[in-house]
Amino acid sequence: MEHEVQDIPVMKSVQKVVLELSVHNHPGVMSHVCGLFARRAFNVEGILCMPVGDARESRIWLLVFDDARLAQMIAQVEKLEDVIRVDRHGADHRVFERLEEFFV
Amino acid sequence: MQFNGAQLIVRLLEQQGITQLAGIPGGAALPLYDALSQSTIIHHVLARHEQGAGFIAQGMARVSGRAAVCLASSGPGATNLVTAIADAKLDSIPLVCITAQVPRSMIGTDAFQEVDTYGISIPITKHNWLVRNIEDLLEIIPSAFRIAESGRPGPVWIDVPKDVLTAKIEIEALPPLPAAEPLPAIDAGLVMRAAELINAAKTPVLYLGGGVIASGASAAAVAFAEAAGLPTTMTLMGLGAMPVDHILSLGMLGMHGARYTNYALEESDLLIVMGARFDDRAIGNAAKFCPNAAIIHIDIDPAEHGKIRRPDVAIHGDVGKVLERLSAHVRANPRTAWRDRVNALKAAHPLALPDAEDPRSHYGLVLAVAGLLDDDAVIATDVGQHQMWVAQAYPFRRPRQWLTSGGLGTMGFGMPAAIGAALAEPERTVVCFSGDGSLKMNIQEMDTAVEEGVNIKVVLMNNQSLGLVHQQQDMFYGQRIYASDYRRHTNFQMIAAGFGMRVFDLDQTDDPRNMLSEALSVRGPCLIHCSIDVNQKVYPMVPPGAANTEMIGG
Repeated sequence: MEHEVQDIPVMKSVQKVVLELSVHNHPGVMSHVCGLFARRAFNVEGILCMPVGDARESRIWLLVFDDARLAQMIAQVEKLEDVIRVDRHGADHRVFERLEEFFV
Repeated sequence: MQFNGAQLIVRLLEQQGITQLAGIPGGAALPLYDALSQSTIIHHVLARHEQGAGFIAQGMARVSGRAAVCLASSGPGATNLVTAIADAKLDSIPLVCITAQVPRSMIGTDAFQEVDTYGISIPITKHNWLVRNIEDLLEIIPSAFRIAESGRPGPVWIDVPKDVLTAKIEIEALPPLPAAEPLPAIDAGLVMRAAELINAAKTPVLYLGGGVIASGASAAAVAFAEAAGLPTTMTLMGLGAMPVDHILSLGMLGMHGARYTNYALEESDLLIVMGARFDDRAIGNAAKFCPNAAIIHIDIDPAEHGKIRRPDVAIHGDVGKVLERLSAHVRANPRTAWRDRVNALKAAHPLALPDAEDPRSHYGLVLAVAGLLDDDAVIATDVGQHQMWVAQAYPFRRPRQWLTSGGLGTMGFGMPAAIGAALAEPERTVVCFSGDGSLKMNIQEMDTAVEEGVNIKVVLMNNQSLGLVHQQQDMFYGQRIYASDYRRHTNFQMIAAGFGMRVFDLDQTDDPRNMLSEALSVRGPCLIHCSIDVNQKVYPMVPPGAANTEMIGG
């Protein structure tokens, strides 16, 4: 008698969300953030990263789908030592929209 | 004071109170070992494989609760540590792992013994560093200990290029130790809601995980259970939090929990979960676990709240601190009806321990060892059938008495972890229950055990197979036993003797209890060998993916 384990949750919505991460500007912080999404099988649709101010901090913008696991993903991102804060914006945030002309 | 990077690391480790660490040297690590050779404070334990060094450090950390240190060189030294560090991550064990790296100018050139240690260690650590400048060590080493030990403990990894180890720095004094991270503030409103749920519950169960032990809150949890009349179950990692023979103890839940334990949980209307993460081996099919129970989930890691099971009340905080608050608001309650019901379940569906009287049987050997030891002994295991038999049958009565690879389930964990435990607490007897499959995975550490003269007793339950695989092939794969039985008999007695270990073979005596008694009472490392019937099973067993109430056997 074998029992199947549950499948990965199906994407319930195509609604997108923009996450704004304030991070320490350390080498490797991008690996930490991107690796976390990858190993939890959570797709990232878009990534932007630049240093801010005196370059001690960077800002990472992530475009992701709003599926049922997003709250868990954010909780995991917040645990990273180099992540200072995470803000969640709606799909109407314009950071990725303005870049669309570079992706045609 | 002038130091090179290696000397600075050694001084910073000494400042953290480190007196022992385990490792293996190599080309890139030579400066570090040269500096260690000059330390009068730190005793270096030379492992025979880096994975052994990682598990020796884990043994030290698991019995003490403090971060322990392991060292390795670059390349294969680092990759050999990966399993031990991943194991520490899944069981929330504080470790500081330090590896040497090729010089900075050679990073990225596929140099000899170069591997991307930083990249490899990201997913298996709480945090990690590639040290780019010698002055960064002044911040990184203290941070490493702080991060490893604070909040939910875990392993951290520091990769240090060889030229950083040899670079020079002039400093006035070592920086003062940073203050410990404050514990999270506890939401008083949530504590009140939790207390209301507990006071109103008819059939509550207290559910203790490894976090209770990490928090040092075992005694507080037992007192809380007694005051509120709460039947209490423990996860594999939580064993020892409440004495298993306590009147309120339900023992271990889950895949190999007793029938009455899983049945009692099924009837519960409220689970009070402390320092546990709803692991699949503990809860079985998540959707069918305690379907009628409300959940109070107390954990220091907020990402655990709602990860598997949505809690009705989630309290972010240290279990010990939350218990202090909660106890003030929970009414004393004998809960006679519920406890009578639990006792009836226990009487009707007890944990079956067949052949308990025979010291050469699976359960009988565990009980015979227990009968010869007191609660001061430390019990380590490897992974497999023997691990579950020990978890089910050994009378654990204190936190940090029990060392086992819970989350990662790493065969080969047991003996080096036992060595580390014996090094950290040399006054104790440390028993390592092992199987023949597991013991072969780090058998080289017998050499380390003998060299260090540690007081470990390796109890080998030898069924000449990978028993838990054998069991599942027998039960769920049409009895097609494949790649789980060793076709040749291995002479472990001769191997152990070759490493200079004393050997006691229970197969070759008329009085196994007397032989066991002698083996456990003579100080120093030894192997206690006993053949076990390959057809013995771990029962009960919840088939993978099934509900915990769908147990087979037992």
